[in-house]
Amino acid sequence: MGEPVHKIGIACTVNGELRRFRAYPMARLLDVLREELHLTGTKEGCGEGECGACAVLMNGAMVTSCLVPAAEADGAEIRTIEGIATGGQLHAVQEAFLECGGAQCGICTPGMVIAALTLLERCSHPNDAEIREGLAGNLCRCTGYQKIFVAVVRACQPAGEGQPSIP
Amino acid sequence: MEHKLLGQSVVRKEGRDKVTGRAQYVDDLTLPGMIHGVTVRSSIARGRILGIRYAGSFPWHEFTIVTAPDIPGKNEIAAIAHDQPCLADKIINHPEEPIVLLAHPNKYLLEEARRAVEIETQPLPAIFSIEDSLARREIIAGEDNVFKSYLVCKGDVEAALAQADFIVEGEYRTGSQEQLYIENQGMIAVANPRDGVTVWGSMQCPYYVHKALMVLFGLPAEKIRVIQTETGGGFGGKEEYPSMIAAHAALLAWKSGKPVKIVYDRAEDMAATTKRHPSRTRHRTGVTRDGKLVAMEIDFVIDGGAYTTLSPVVLSRGTIHSPGPYFCPNVRIRSQAMATNAPPHGAFRGFGAPQSIFALERHLDQVAKAVNLPPEEFRRRNFLRQGQTTATGQVIHEDVDLARLLERALRESDYHAKRERFERENPGASVKRGVGFATFMHGAGFTGSGEVTLASVVELEATPEGSVRILTASTEIGQGTNTVFSQIAADALGIGYDRIEIACPDTGAVPNSGPTVASRTAMVVGKLVESAALALKQELLQSGLLCDSCTEDEFVRGCRRYIETRGPLRTRSQYEPPPGLFWDDINYTGDAYGAYAWAVYVAEVAVDTVTFETRVTDFVALQEVGKVLHPLLAAGQIEGGVAQAIGFALYENVVWHQGRMANGQMTNYIMPTSMDIPPIRVFFEEHPYPFGPGGAKGIGELPMDGPAPAILSAIENATGICLSEIPATPEALMDAMTQKAGPSG
Repeated sequence: MGEPVHKIGIACTVNGELRRFRAYPMARLLDVLREELHLTGTKEGCGEGECGACAVLMNGAMVTSCLVPAAEADGAEIRTIEGIATGGQLHAVQEAFLECGGAQCGICTPGMVIAALTLLERCSHPNDAEIREGLAGNLCRCTGYQKIFVAVVRACQPAGEGQPSIP
Repeated sequence: MEHKLLGQSVVRKEGRDKVTGRAQYVDDLTLPGMIHGVTVRSSIARGRILGIRYAGSFPWHEFTIVTAPDIPGKNEIAAIAHDQPCLADKIINHPEEPIVLLAHPNKYLLEEARRAVEIETQPLPAIFSIEDSLARREIIAGEDNVFKSYLVCKGDVEAALAQADFIVEGEYRTGSQEQLYIENQGMIAVANPRDGVTVWGSMQCPYYVHKALMVLFGLPAEKIRVIQTETGGGFGGKEEYPSMIAAHAALLAWKSGKPVKIVYDRAEDMAATTKRHPSRTRHRTGVTRDGKLVAMEIDFVIDGGAYTTLSPVVLSRGTIHSPGPYFCPNVRIRSQAMATNAPPHGAFRGFGAPQSIFALERHLDQVAKAVNLPPEEFRRRNFLRQGQTTATGQVIHEDVDLARLLERALRESDYHAKRERFERENPGASVKRGVGFATFMHGAGFTGSGEVTLASVVELEATPEGSVRILTASTEIGQGTNTVFSQIAADALGIGYDRIEIACPDTGAVPNSGPTVASRTAMVVGKLVESAALALKQELLQSGLLCDSCTEDEFVRGCRRYIETRGPLRTRSQYEPPPGLFWDDINYTGDAYGAYAWAVYVAEVAVDTVTFETRVTDFVALQEVGKVLHPLLAAGQIEGGVAQAIGFALYENVVWHQGRMANGQMTNYIMPTSMDIPPIRVFFEEHPYPFGPGGAKGIGELPMDGPAPAILSAIENATGICLSEIPATPEALMDAMTQKAGPSG
């Protein structure tokens, strides 16, 4: 057995708010978010970075929070699903998931919304191949992905425009 | 009744909570003083438990430790049979058998402690295959390893085979499959002798858990309360297994006096919970020269794992679906569910039908070849028609026209043009393309007398706030129960969608409307919602507080007045079978299902002959499911089911080692990603079913049945290789294609 490990102080911005807490340096960011900060919208599906249910934005990039050590979060800016809607107003991606049937059981939805946002920030009007690739790190067992593809297309369109077609 | 909402794609009732991350799943809940629980499992597949050692330098006195003698009532997980213990006591029958439960406030210490518990065992010889179980190499269950067997007989198979022009034989196999809901299983329990037992968790069937806990604790019904939390997918995987976790959490809570949470991680969930039954089907089929089926002899066997659980009913559905949507005057089906020393296999979308339909559709392609007919023409000559009987003697009363469905599906998929084009282009190409189809049906609701036995109940109540609350034990697991029930009730009452509330499935508050399984929720329970809603409106009309063509405001005022002057306004509806249904459980004859959905699926594939990888490149799913209640949700069910079945056909390979899943991680158990699923083109034909709400039939399981045989048929079209087993992994295809090419060098 090695030296006992101690908790360290961590300060980061989460959904626009400065948060300070103590955690073991190698604790998973996922657990810290859920247990210390009570942000349970971020889900655990596999615990090994395969399913993307725990995806969050860290300094603007999507990460699987089950693979990120808490120490890495120190000084970082983190956005979770709780920080996507603003003041009760859903983000266009969330609206599109609702409208197009992109959420069924809902457990992959927070990560899938984060992945869709990341994709649309990189590419404002992705084509079919780009959408598929942009979501390839997020597993969904309910939808067969079709309605999620439609939702991403929908989210690119200005509100009120016609029905999206399946890419 | 005017349908304003049925047929419309209204917004999912709980959708907003799901897209914002507010929906509360079991692992999102924390109770004051709650501690964590874990399960110590067997390390061998079969043997005797000689002792348990709590090793290491752990503060064991801080841990709550539960073993079989701590169980207040019977040590069993009550289901159909009484063979599965909650905690193994003396005998181990599979490698994931739970033996010891531990609880502690620190979940990290708990995990280390779990590894420090040593189970001393004396191994016994174990069996792991259908063949070894049938050969009785060891007797591990009952007198003959057979959990259940059925015999279905129609006509005279021997005589018909003797006169057939051709007899075609074949053997087909399907592998196990993990449900792989993205939310792992979990439960929280509070339990003490004074208040009884309350559990919260991820589940499909609150009253299954309720029954199991009553038996385990020896407590009366009112002392057990089971509450469903938001559930992140089920697919059958949360039909029977949640009783086990609930039992474990409750035992730890009972002994510790504290709330206990058990949430599996992915590895434990994949290793220990149920999966789809592996199967072996043998066909012997007699056919005339002009392609008419005259005799079908079917031998269907499934691997049940170590305990009975739901195998008898899975076997039943698989058996009844094994002759497919075809008319044959002489049929004999023998089927058996066999014991092996693997964790029990259980419910998974389709429930035995995907296995037996895979075998049949693959086999009929071979029969068609034997009589030198194209597969579509062979099927056309044998489709069940109105007035004809199934293998169980059920007369088809519906005006079903499978030939028309087939023609439309082939047209929508451009099947014939593709066949021609691929035949022209494939020679010399390293990526070979093919197209194939399957025709099939799926019975909705419980098999045989199941719905009569369930006798499901639904209640509705008007609230003083002006809404109507639906009380059922039917769970929302992603498929859209909340939404569809709300549509049905709102239309029946003539009020808006937002006026309808769904009560949380809590056995302390809702009646037993049966399990959320078997494609029964919209069709059977939805019908009860409709009749309870009509009864509620009738009560208001008769009380003179409402006139027939009222506005929503008048309805709300009427409800309020009723509650003020007469007390609670609550109605109840209980299942009554549609007239004329008859089922004989002894001889296995009669009306197996109240309604069938009918379908034709067409798959196009591209097979890379260098890597032996198969990709599905286009998919047409055409089905007749009665009235479509919610087009978006219905299409979502079909697309999700097709994707899951593509995994079943090509990717999802459960590797077994001594009864244990060897690839129980998402890294090496491969389910389809967004890159693997083709455009799925969904088409519905609607023939309203008079006994479903608004004319609906069941839909949820249907899409699991057809894709695998359609895909393997397309692979055969592309490569000439006839595979009879799934998953058709690149390794399997490489073996088959290299053998065909003959030894080289």
